Amino acid sequence: MPQDAIIEFKNFGFQYDAQAEPTLYDINLSVRPGEKLLIAGPSGSGKSTLAHCINGLIPFSLRGEMTGELLLGGRPTSELSLFEISKTVGTVLQDSDAQFIGLTVAEDIAFALENDCVPKDEMVKRVAAVADEVSVTSVLHHAPHELSGGQKQRVSLAGVMVDEVSVLLFDEPLANLDPATGKQAIELIDEIHKKTNAAVIIIEHRIEDVLHRDVDRVVLVYDGRIVADLSPAELLCSGLLTRNGLREPLYITALKYAGVELSPEMRPQHIETVELNEAARRKVRDWFLRTPPAPERERGEEFFSAENVSFSYPNGKEALSGVSLALSRGEVMCIVGQNGAGKSTFSKLVCGFEKLDRGSMALLGQDLAELTVKERAEHIGYVMQNPNQMISKSMIAEEVGLALTLDGLPEAEVKERVESALKVCGLYPFRNWPVSALSYGQKKRVTVASILAMQPEIIILDEPTAGQDFKHYTEIMEFLMELNRSGVTIVMITHDMHLMLEYSPRAVVFADGKIVCDESPARVLSDPAIIKTASLKETSLFTLAVRCGLEEPAAFVQRFIDCDREARGR
Amino acid sequence: MTNLFNYLPRNSPVHRLAGATKLSALLLLSFAGMTTFDTRLLAALAILSFAMFGVSKIRLRDVSAMLWFTFVFMVLNNLLIFVFEPEHGVSIYGARHEICRLVGDIYLTQEQLFYQLNVVLKYLAMIPLVILFVSTTDPSEFAASLNRIGVSYKVAYSVSLALRYIPDIQREYHDISLALQARGVEMTKKERFFKRLKNAATIIFPLIMTSMTRIETIANAMELRSFGKLKKRSWYAANPFKAADIAVIAASALVLLLSALLTLVNHGRYYNPFV
Repeated sequence: MPQDAIIEFKNFGFQYDAQAEPTLYDINLSVRPGEKLLIAGPSGSGKSTLAHCINGLIPFSLRGEMTGELLLGGRPTSELSLFEISKTVGTVLQDSDAQFIGLTVAEDIAFALENDCVPKDEMVKRVAAVADEVSVTSVLHHAPHELSGGQKQRVSLAGVMVDEVSVLLFDEPLANLDPATGKQAIELIDEIHKKTNAAVIIIEHRIEDVLHRDVDRVVLVYDGRIVADLSPAELLCSGLLTRNGLREPLYITALKYAGVELSPEMRPQHIETVELNEAARRKVRDWFLRTPPAPERERGEEFFSAENVSFSYPNGKEALSGVSLALSRGEVMCIVGQNGAGKSTFSKLVCGFEKLDRGSMALLGQDLAELTVKERAEHIGYVMQNPNQMISKSMIAEEVGLALTLDGLPEAEVKERVESALKVCGLYPFRNWPVSALSYGQKKRVTVASILAMQPEIIILDEPTAGQDFKHYTEIMEFLMELNRSGVTIVMITHDMHLMLEYSPRAVVFADGKIVCDESPARVLSDPAIIKTASLKETSLFTLAVRCGLEEPAAFVQRFIDCDREARGR
Repeated sequence: MTNLFNYLPRNSPVHRLAGATKLSALLLLSFAGMTTFDTRLLAALAILSFAMFGVSKIRLRDVSAMLWFTFVFMVLNNLLIFVFEPEHGVSIYGARHEICRLVGDIYLTQEQLFYQLNVVLKYLAMIPLVILFVSTTDPSEFAASLNRIGVSYKVAYSVSLALRYIPDIQREYHDISLALQARGVEMTKKERFFKRLKNAATIIFPLIMTSMTRIETIANAMELRSFGKLKKRSWYAANPFKAADIAVIAASALVLLLSALLTLVNHGRYYNPFV
């Protein structure tokens, strides 16, 4: 019944004023009231543009040319105002930190009401009601930076729910959340969907995580077109995800490797519900037995060690207590754990940004306390999560050579080291370009190159792949592995369980300022106790292995990862 | 330094006043105090200002840093006045009572001392009021009060947003400066002052880049939640006017009126005991 649709695109297209080509073509899509929809696609596919068309930022804030029709509640959006649209469509933006407007939680939730000139008494009542609904009542008078990632997202949600909208639009709700919080976010969205009966649209590229709770349909966007509009079960069996630059759920890939034929009747959308008969289970077990384990990597000499490191912030909060850790040359290691568990504090101590209270750290037998921040940086490089925070020169070569020039090295040597760093990072052809001409992923490479130019032995990266789709994720990670093969030790701080499983033989788990586990990622993610204390998320591969009756689920997880990386490497 | 406004939450009658009341009273009283040089009125205002500290339960030592700062400034200001215009009092009051000769032809006069007493009283009357306003007004309520006294809500809200983002930007500045230090941009005291200043400038570029993205996001977020839709908006943090509020504003207005009346009675801004 298309006339009942709350949102309807008819032969819709859109081209930004600043761009030569349209971003969206031939979009035909209708959303019924109360429906729950996932719009998925790789970066640059047009899924965010589609979201902006729905919430009215296009055409009211972002200019461009629309073709075809877009109806909201039966009326063309071109006849409505942005404010009228926002009464129907509530948007929870990607970065809940940046979209926090009020000085306190209560004010932020009340923001839309304030703009509607709702009297204060009524406002207080409505804020209290909606705060109760998303359970943030206890923090109503807190400032935004005092909240955890999950709480921030609840507050953003409350801020749009206060308007009683009929469509809730979530733009990449999983970005920046730790795995357990991401899982809770999906559960919260599901709960709110059931309670309010609003239509829910989720824009994400992390399919497996979103499918943790049921959705009605998945719309796949690629290159500005809708390439599929199917139920999750049909989509997962179609193989369309991989072909369109997205990652399918890991257990689905594993079942395919094992030669299990998938059909929608098997309800493959959740690992818990997928029906596996004895024949399928046997296939998985056989695959495990016939796949040889990857050879163990040799460990280099131990060259960095931290002994019993403790640190408290000036406000008295103990951030680290008694942390000991050793690194071997050429190792790859991931540091995982909840926000505030001490991961960043630890790397700040290693780089010398903060001074430790007790304990010691040594590199190649030298006590790090004797070195300045700059001297340490010649051995240990630190790459921040947001490349925009690191880049301070406008030209690429200048940026990469900044540290060397400041060091007073001869021009010829600076040039040589900059060029070789740029070559390693695949940026040599762009060496004379301005930084502003690069994409986000390329900027990230520039920051890595600027650290590489200093020729450190260890590089610490904070969330190296945050906000990247599967293709760019693979690119960045393969590039880091290439660096590692050339002898650089790599330490990554991450919330991404896939990244840790696939690229790091070692995971160090922080919780409450202590190291609670130092193991292979496959083992970490097969240990329910550690998963719970560190706010991680079990992998569906583990569940699959258990369901297939394998005795060593961790070994199965490892075997799959090795095999999958090899398959993708080809 | 994270809290520019240095709001000190207490349970006092002054805290309970609406922000708009405090802002209006501050403006009215400052205007009264700035225009007049009537010693009696200034002395009364100074006593009132310090009495308000008692009422507001803000102890002087809570705000000692700000008080010291103004004290030093006041002493400096008075010295300069005396050095540059030792005869200013004489020319104002049209009389000359010498106390003693200081150096050369510079004399200490009763008129000059009396004039500078007025300057000191002005400081004592005004500064405590400003400090009191800052430490008893919830920053959340500040934007609401600006709007209430007639400032456009868009302007008022940008003040509030600035307050909201100051801690974020400070954190970001700190992070960026650390990352740059690690690349050899020296910002500690080891470097010469001029070089340090130049190095600090390299932080500005990334800071502007990240702030621009931030501004874009926040502008979108605000528009999506109807900011700017109506000519007026209500404020969650605003407090309704009570009897006390009206009384305070009325009293402040009376003081301003009194100051104007005194100007008429004194035939000028100065109270002159010498003629």
